[in-house]
Amino acid sequence: MTDQHTVKFTPKNYVVTAIVLAIATAALAAAPYWLGRADLRLAGEIMLYISLATLWNLLAGYAGLVSVGQQAYVGLGGYMLFACTILFGVPPVLAIPIAGVIGALLAIPVAFLIFRLRGAYFAIGTWVIAEVFRLGFAQLSALGGGSGTSIPAKIVKSMAASRAARESLSYWLAFGLAALIILFVYLFLRSRKGLALTAIRDNELAASSLGIDIWKTKFFTYVVTAALTSMVGALIFLQKLRISPDAAFSVNDWTAFVIFIVVIGGIGTIEGPIIGAIIFFTLRETLADLGTGYLITLGLVAIIIMLKAPNGIWGLVRDRFDLSFFPLLYRVEKQKQDN
Amino acid sequence: MSDDLLNIAKLDAHYGDFQALYGVDMHIGKGEVLAVIGANGAGKSTLLRSISGLIQNGNEQIKFKDSDISGLRADEIARLGLALVPEGRQLFPSLSVEENLIIGGRLERPGPWNLDSVYALFPILAERRNFPSTALSGGQQQMVAIGRALMANPELIMFDEISLGLAPIIIGEIYKALPDVVGEGVSAIIVEQDISKALSISSRVYCLQEGRVALEGSSDTITREEISQAYFGV
Amino acid sequence: MDWVNAIIQGTLLGGLYALFAAGLSLIFGVMRLVNIAHGDLIIFSAYVCLTVTSSLGIHPLLALALVVPIMGIIGYALQRGLLNKTLGADLLPPLLVTFGLSVIIQNSLLQIYTADPQKLSAGALEIASVKIGTLALGILPLLTFFVAVVIIGALQFMFYKTALGRALRAVSDNQEIAQLMGLDKRHIFGIAMGLALAVTAVAGVLLGIRTSFDPSVGGGRLIFGFEAVIIGGLGNIWGTLAGGVILGVAQTVGAKIDPGWQILAGHIAFLFVLAVRPNGLFPRMSA
Repeated sequence: MTDQHTVKFTPKNYVVTAIVLAIATAALAAAPYWLGRADLRLAGEIMLYISLATLWNLLAGYAGLVSVGQQAYVGLGGYMLFACTILFGVPPVLAIPIAGVIGALLAIPVAFLIFRLRGAYFAIGTWVIAEVFRLGFAQLSALGGGSGTSIPAKIVKSMAASRAARESLSYWLAFGLAALIILFVYLFLRSRKGLALTAIRDNELAASSLGIDIWKTKFFTYVVTAALTSMVGALIFLQKLRISPDAAFSVNDWTAFVIFIVVIGGIGTIEGPIIGAIIFFTLRETLADLGTGYLITLGLVAIIIMLKAPNGIWGLVRDRFDLSFFPLLYRVEKQKQDN
Repeated sequence: MSDDLLNIAKLDAHYGDFQALYGVDMHIGKGEVLAVIGANGAGKSTLLRSISGLIQNGNEQIKFKDSDISGLRADEIARLGLALVPEGRQLFPSLSVEENLIIGGRLERPGPWNLDSVYALFPILAERRNFPSTALSGGQQQMVAIGRALMANPELIMFDEISLGLAPIIIGEIYKALPDVVGEGVSAIIVEQDISKALSISSRVYCLQEGRVALEGSSDTITREEISQAYFGV
Repeated sequence: MDWVNAIIQGTLLGGLYALFAAGLSLIFGVMRLVNIAHGDLIIFSAYVCLTVTSSLGIHPLLALALVVPIMGIIGYALQRGLLNKTLGADLLPPLLVTFGLSVIIQNSLLQIYTADPQKLSAGALEIASVKIGTLALGILPLLTFFVAVVIIGALQFMFYKTALGRALRAVSDNQEIAQLMGLDKRHIFGIAMGLALAVTAVAGVLLGIRTSFDPSVGGGRLIFGFEAVIIGGLGNIWGTLAGGVILGVAQTVGAKIDPGWQILAGHIAFLFVLAVRPNGLFPRMSA
């Protein structure tokens, strides 16, 4: 009697996880109908951070490109949105993808420069780029220079008929973008390019000996991530209605929090950033008034997790319960065959 | 209680999930020279790395002068008087020839070996003392690696494949110098691919095959057939 | 003449940047670790000096006698207590742990000292100057540059002429085999970090005398140090001095063109070197 082995892509309990996922998605899509105003705003904020975290995770956890400078694209996206709407009269919703395209275009020369650096030096290089963007935009008086500018009321009103409608629209944009980004990352990682990325992450030398073009793969990932991050940035500042260089390019808001979310949730998994964002916001809502104490706590938690549970909370759950909502790993199943 | 210098009992060694040694038993007495032979991947280097502490092993598997050294760090084991000439020489590229030797002697253990005696053993090194260590030929680098281990005045010195990658004439030169090294009452374990060289200088030989001891015998009386069988497992 | 003055000021400023960079360079050379919290540790040193000078009523330069050993001990403890656990093949843990450390240090300083800008008062030293021809050179910048040269020279000497330096070079070459020489790498790394933070202490105090500081400015100092290292070339500590000088000159010349351009000019110089000479001007090793 010989054993046949088949390779399967789906996890053991995929029917259950798929159903749970479908229900959750539907519920979230319908949120404006059952969540109150303040909760809806919070949900939208969570969606935006899930987007940023998922993208940072793609870059760092999969492509091995640890960036502490993604705020460059968040701010760039925000400023491009303001420029498009205020200076060129583009409808705000249309300005979001335009910001994405501009982000991609700028990321190309940036990548050529900073890919010359490796590891932690690459990380600091990304920070320098963000600083260059910040200082550069502070020089643009057309967009308020160092003190920034606001979106005029009439542009805001042009987005939707009533304030309630605007808030629903804001939420749906955030939810839609998050869903799009998660779907993109999931499909990308299951594709050949994505497999190449995982191979590079696991062993760069072996990957290149298999003919995988490391530079191109990382470059593609960096540029696409920049584009999507810019779109998120555009949406963030569309909702804030006001932008300034310090807010747009804040290391704390757009990098520190994002990194903590991914690390605590679980690097290198798709579920990780989502779980991390939920935990992060739960902590924020409950520890609201601690200010610096809150940040110190986050830093400590991140350090402890990195040392004791490097795969994050989701990593612990996944290993304990063999659970996967976004299956990326292959399983080998043994099937007994009778002669 | 035994008068073995080194006693290895049921040694298992792992690299992550991969097991490289299975229950190896071995002993060596004071002043004895042991040869360890075996095909590639048999576990010879793993054995030396385990003894020197570069690989951590389970408790009570390795005893030096009757005390358990299995759980000690490599630097603690070095301080006890065990020295390793690592596979591939592995000199320090940022250090000159002389600095490599000096750092080998930093523990300042008492004994006959110092810069002068090492240079007397390998005169060519004295001429190249200030060269970057990696600017030397393979054979000369091997001499530096051996000298570096000698500078520690060890009680047990281990040689990991010192003939690897060297021309036969150079191998001959180095092996000519070895009796001076092990003549001073120092014990030695010599891991070698070159079986005849290994047997010529040792009193006993172990043959490893796929992580297990396949043969143990006296270097003088062991036969070709016995070695072939143990080496290849046929 | 104004331009000459700007270049000279920039050169002297480069001394300070070289001090920022020296610790960074040392640690990267020995253990391939880049400490994201490095800039915050510079500022932390300045605050330690602030506390020492205000409680003991002594001059900041005198306080160095206490601040330097304090930071050295903190460095050793930090390395052995935390950072040694992050070292290994994976690049994420040291990066993320030092990032977390950066956030913790910044916010702890904020908690203890508030966000108010502080300054170390050194009395007459702050404005004293010496006239050379038509130029007036500040004593403090001259002293800073001189200290940078002395410290870098001392580090070079230590590295190449002492047993400790030999040990550091051996461990950075080959951690595993260095252990066979009886070197406890946990201890060696601790010493390296202690040294690096001792240098950082000097940098922090000189910075604190020169300008005002607050808990949030650490990141900027890290970037300047990093830029000096990259411009100068990895693995070459004199190169780091050159890198600091080039950065300083770029900044002061940029400031002459437009005051708002000072820091941006430095970044542009850095990016330019990165574009045409990615390994820096005087590299001795690759990243």
